[in-house]
Order: sequence, then C-alpha cells, then structure tokens
Amino acid sequence: MSNDVLVFVEFSDGKATKPGLQALGAGHNLASQLGGSAIALVIAAGADAEAANLGKNGASRVLVAGGDAVGNYSPDGFANILAQQAEATGAAAVLASATPAGKDFVARAAAKAKCGLAADCTELKADGGKPMAERPVYAGKAVATVSAPGQLWATLRPNVFGEVSSDNTVTAESVSVSFGPGDLKAVVQEILAGVKGKLDVAEAEIVVSGGRGLKDPNGEGKANWDNLQQLAEVLGAATGASRAVVDAGWRPHGEQVGQTGKTVSPKLYIACGISGAIQHLAGMSGSKVIVAINKDDNAPIFKVADYGIVGMVEDVVPALTAALKETLGS
Amino acid sequence: MDIIVCIRRAPTTDARIKPGADGKTYDPAGVNYDISEYDKFAIEAAIALKEAHGGQVTVLSVGPSAATKEIRTAIAMGCDAAHLLVDDGQHDSWAIAQVLGAKIKELPHDIVLFGWNSVDNQSSATGQMVAEILDVPSVSVAVALEVADGKATVERLAAGGNREKYSISLPAVVTCQKGLNKPRSANMKGIMMAKKTKVEETPANTPADGVAVVSLNPPPPRPEGKIVGKGAEAVGDLVKLLREEAKVI
Ligand SMILES: Cc1cc2nc3c(=O)[nH]c(=O)nc-3n(C[C@H](O)[C@H](O)[C@H](O)COP(=O)(O)OP(=O)(O)OC[C@H]3O[C@@H](n4cnc5c(N)ncnc54)[C@H](O)[C@@H]3O)c2cc1C
Ligand SMILES: Nc1ncnc2c1ncn2[C@@H]1O[C@H](COP(=O)(O)O)[C@@H](O)[C@H]1O
Repeated sequence: MSNDVLVFVEFSDGKATKPGLQALGAGHNLASQLGGSAIALVIAAGADAEAANLGKNGASRVLVAGGDAVGNYSPDGFANILAQQAEATGAAAVLASATPAGKDFVARAAAKAKCGLAADCTELKADGGKPMAERPVYAGKAVATVSAPGQLWATLRPNVFGEVSSDNTVTAESVSVSFGPGDLKAVVQEILAGVKGKLDVAEAEIVVSGGRGLKDPNGEGKANWDNLQQLAEVLGAATGASRAVVDAGWRPHGEQVGQTGKTVSPKLYIACGISGAIQHLAGMSGSKVIVAINKDDNAPIFKVADYGIVGMVEDVVPALTAALKETLGS
Repeated sequence: MDIIVCIRRAPTTDARIKPGADGKTYDPAGVNYDISEYDKFAIEAAIALKEAHGGQVTVLSVGPSAATKEIRTAIAMGCDAAHLLVDDGQHDSWAIAQVLGAKIKELPHDIVLFGWNSVDNQSSATGQMVAEILDVPSVSVAVALEVADGKATVERLAAGGNREKYSISLPAVVTCQKGLNKPRSANMKGIMMAKKTKVEETPANTPADGVAVVSLNPPPPRPEGKIVGKGAEAVGDLVKLLREEAKVI
C-alpha cells in the first residue's frame, strides 16, 4: 500500500462541486500527514480541462474516467470505477464527500474492494502512519474513532473540511472504464426536478429553520413563513424545518432536520420557533454557530445556541431580516 | 413474490448514550430499543408489495436474541417469517452485510428492502454492500417504488431536492426513506400471529469488522451560549455579534 490518498471529486455541470473540493482538501491534508500525496478521481464526460485545474486544490495527480459509459449517474458504474482505481493506486485511504451520490455508490465500491466504510466523518488524522477517522454516531450523541485493517474508506460530512489551495501542475490522465453503457445494473433514467434552484438544506452554508412556533402556513402562520423565506433570501440560506411541521404537512420532507431527517453542519444555523427536542438537536448541533429565536426562555434549544433572542418570531424575524439587509447591503 | 426486509434493533431516538467502561461501546444501562426508524418504511413497503403481488415477506436481522422483540413487531405489522442471526449487535456495516448477504443467497428473493440509514450506526451502507455481495442492482434512499413485470421503478432523493428515477430488473436491493409510505401499526390479529410465529435463531458467525472502533467518546461540548436580549430590539446586537465575534456573515 502507498501513502497516497485517493479522493473522488464530484462534478456537476462540468465543474467540481464544493463538497468535492472540500474532500480533496481533506485528502491533501491527510496525505501530507502520511507522507504521500492526493490523487483526484473525476468521473465525468468531457471534463479533462476542468479536472486538470484540481492541481490548484491540492491534487498531485488527476485521474479522469470519461466517455459514453459515464454519461448518466449509475451506482454500480461509479462503484466499479472507484474500486478499480482504489486497487490500481494502492492508496492508504479512499475518500469522497457524503453527498447523496457519495453516500450511495461509495458503500458499493467499498464492498467491491472488500473493505468497510467509515461514513459521514468529521475528522481525519494519521496515527503512527495509519489513517484514522472520527465519525459522529447515535445521532451525534457520541463520536467514534475508527481505523481499518487495510485501506481506509471514508465519506466526509459536507462543510466540515476546508478547501486548500496549491499550485501543482497536473495533466488529466484518462483511466479506462471496464464496462459499456449496456453493462450497468442501475442508471438514472430521468431527473425529476425539485423546486428549481433550491439549495439543499444538507449542503447549505447557512440554514434558517422553522418549527411549530411559526404556526400553520395555511392559516394564521402565513406571514411567519413568508418572513422566514425572506430571512433565508437575505442570507442566501436554505430553509429547514422541524419534524413537527413536516408531519403536519406544512413543509416538505426534504427540509426536515434531525435524527430522522437531514444532518446539517452549516456555518450558521438559525432556529425559529423550534423547541430543541433531542432528535432535532441530533441533526444540527454540529453547526458552527447556532442562533435561536424562541418565546420561551426555558426552551432546550437555548442550551445549544451560541446566541439566543427570547421573543416572538412575528416580531424578531422581520426585524432581523431588515437589520441584515442594512448590514449586508453596505 | 419473495420479499426480504432487513431490520435493525437500535436504541430509541430519545436514548441518552454514554460511552461504556470499555471505551469502545456505549453503556446499555437505561437504553430502550425499537426497530430503527427507517426500517419501518421498508417493512411497510414489503407488506404493500405482498398485498399487491402476492407472495411472502421474510424478516432478517443480525443482533442479540433480544431483537426477537423487534422482529415480532414486524410480524405483527404483516411480515410472514423471520430469521435472527445472533451476534452481539456490535458490528460494522461490512461485517453485517456479509452475514445478511450469505443468508439471502440461501433464500428465494425477488426484492430485498432496507432502511436507508440506521439511527445508531448511521452508515447508510449496509443495503448497497449487500447488493454488491449479491451482484444485483441497488437504488438507495427511495421515496417511490413500484414493481411490475420483473422490474422495479424507483425514485430516489438526490442532491438539491431532485429525484432520480431508475428502472431496474429484479432481484434488486432498495433502501427506503421517509416519504415512501406511511408505516402501519399492528392490529390485534397481527399481534396474535406474531406470538405464534417461530423466529428462527441461528448463530451469525459474524466476520471481522471492516472498520473497527478504536474509541468512543462523548461529543465535544458546545461553548456556553448567551441570550443576546429580548424581542426585536435585540436584533442589532445579534447582527453585530454574528459579524464581529462569530464572523459568519
Ligand atoms: C422517532 C422520532 C424521531 C424524531 N425525529 C425528529 C427529527 O428528525 N427532527 C425533528 O425536528 N424532530 C424529530 N422528532 C420530534 C421531536 O421529538 C419534536 O417533537 C419536534 O422536534 C418538535 O418540533 P418543534 O420544535 O417545531 O415543535 P414544539 O416542540 O411544539 O416547539 C415549538 C416551539 O416554538 C416556540 N414558540 C411558539 N410560538 C412562538 C412564537 N410566536 N414565537 C417564538 N417562539 C414560539 C415554543 O416556545 C416552542 O419552544 C422525532 C421524534 C421521534 C419520536
Ligand atoms: N444488524 C442488522 N440486521 C439487519 N439489518 C440491518 C442491520 N444493520 C443494518 N441493517 C439494515 O441496513 C440499513 C442501513 O444501516 P446502516 O448501513 O447502518 O446505516 C438499516 O436501515 C437496516 O435496514
């Protein structure tokens, strides 16, 4: 096994995604500790030129799997390519971001390589020349440090690791793909768009969430939800929700934050009218900075909040939007 | 149709989790258990497929003997048979996937259903690993599932709230997400049935973990927070703190 780290760098619309660059940054730092270098793997057609730019983001080598067979996302197809390169490079660790695609195919790839998977990690380090990972378990109520007997496979929680800059000159090396489009078991046939341009709560840098305290959007709470939306717009934030409001049908499932919803770790999380039940905290207590707005000064959300305002969402949310507009506009 | 659903016994979501004396596993004192949340969507999907196409639903679980309780709940909901592969319930997804994969190979199966993620181990990996072992198609995080003519049409939640649509041939693995259906509760008849159904217990002979826990620790404590103030008047101070102290805007 080498001291190198292989990183799957996710591409979307011909460019590296932010979580992809964060994974590469993490791979670069781990590889330096191990005394090796980071090798980026891009799976995308026609992406050679963009892929070569990854030399600026920590990659010492860039491998590109392109061609017809990788046109549409396929869990077994992507798994095939990643497992093959994991073997070919003999990397000490294989990393990818824990995005919807990463969570899907990297587990298949690890199984192909007969390895386990450290999923959704928040820390990587080398200990005695061996890569180790930390991952929250039991919904963040504990953190496990894990290691692997051989190659360590890990997916990384988005927004936890930083991007790095470097000035490596690299050329994209194309790698062969050992299957044709017809050999794949499952391929995306169609993408049914969610709300256009909507930022996913799990990937956003800022999240503004609403709970039962905002009341029924189809009744007395309408203005509250409009106000929440405006606050999110001013901050360029994604909107999230507690399970209580998702179960009431007030907000879509995809917005639910918590143990049985999405785990988020933005730099700023603003909880409005959310009590802070243990299952909700499980999904958001990894956020860098937490703000809570609640009328009840005993609400458990204030125990995890860095900054709290005790007050009515009806007043505080629009006032906050106005104040932010002024500050961010100037 | 032969339907298999894999379920996990997991601590309830309101459980307090503290690292145990060995520093690697949690202290089970005072912890209650339930079927891992998303597995309930898998059970409902399995029973709905049986109702639509006929056949039977077999429950598989790897874990301690105590997991017969969770298995009986699944049977009470409408599953027909069950196998518990007994181990200490402390293994990683790769070890569990190998046990499940070997057992599934012995059983007739058209579709194998999983939760998309366990509430305790949180790997979102076991289903896809089993699919790889069985060498069959997999679609994870399903929010829509239909079966017809030996094929499954599945929609999964992807980035940005988009849904990806797949058509895969059976046998296949599908992992289930909230939104797929509404899990039913058990009725009286089901509960009686569950009492009578034999849960077969056999040793799992679980292989070594793919990733081993070196240590289990409490999460780092969050720094003490502060109440900035009351009502709308406090927003000016809050914005200032976010900008100058926290530096996040
Ligand atoms: C198995 C299981 C899984 C779960 N998973 C999740 C999960 O993933 N995510 C999740 O969020 N929950 C989850 N829950 C539910 C959780 O236990 C709570 O019920 C839920 O989080 C409560 O939502 P809430 O805070 O919006 O509502 P409430 O608890 O009702 O809180 C509303 C808050 O709004 C405040 N408020 C009311 N009016 C105003 C006002 N005008 N201005 C300001 N503040 C106001 C109140 O003081 C209160 O604190 C789960 C529960 C179970 C059993
Ligand atoms: N011990 C187990 N026995 C049976 N099925 C399991 C077990 N552990 C996990 N699973 C299944 O795999 C899914 C994903 O688990 P995980 O990979 O831990 O997130 C769960 O929702 C279950 O359907």
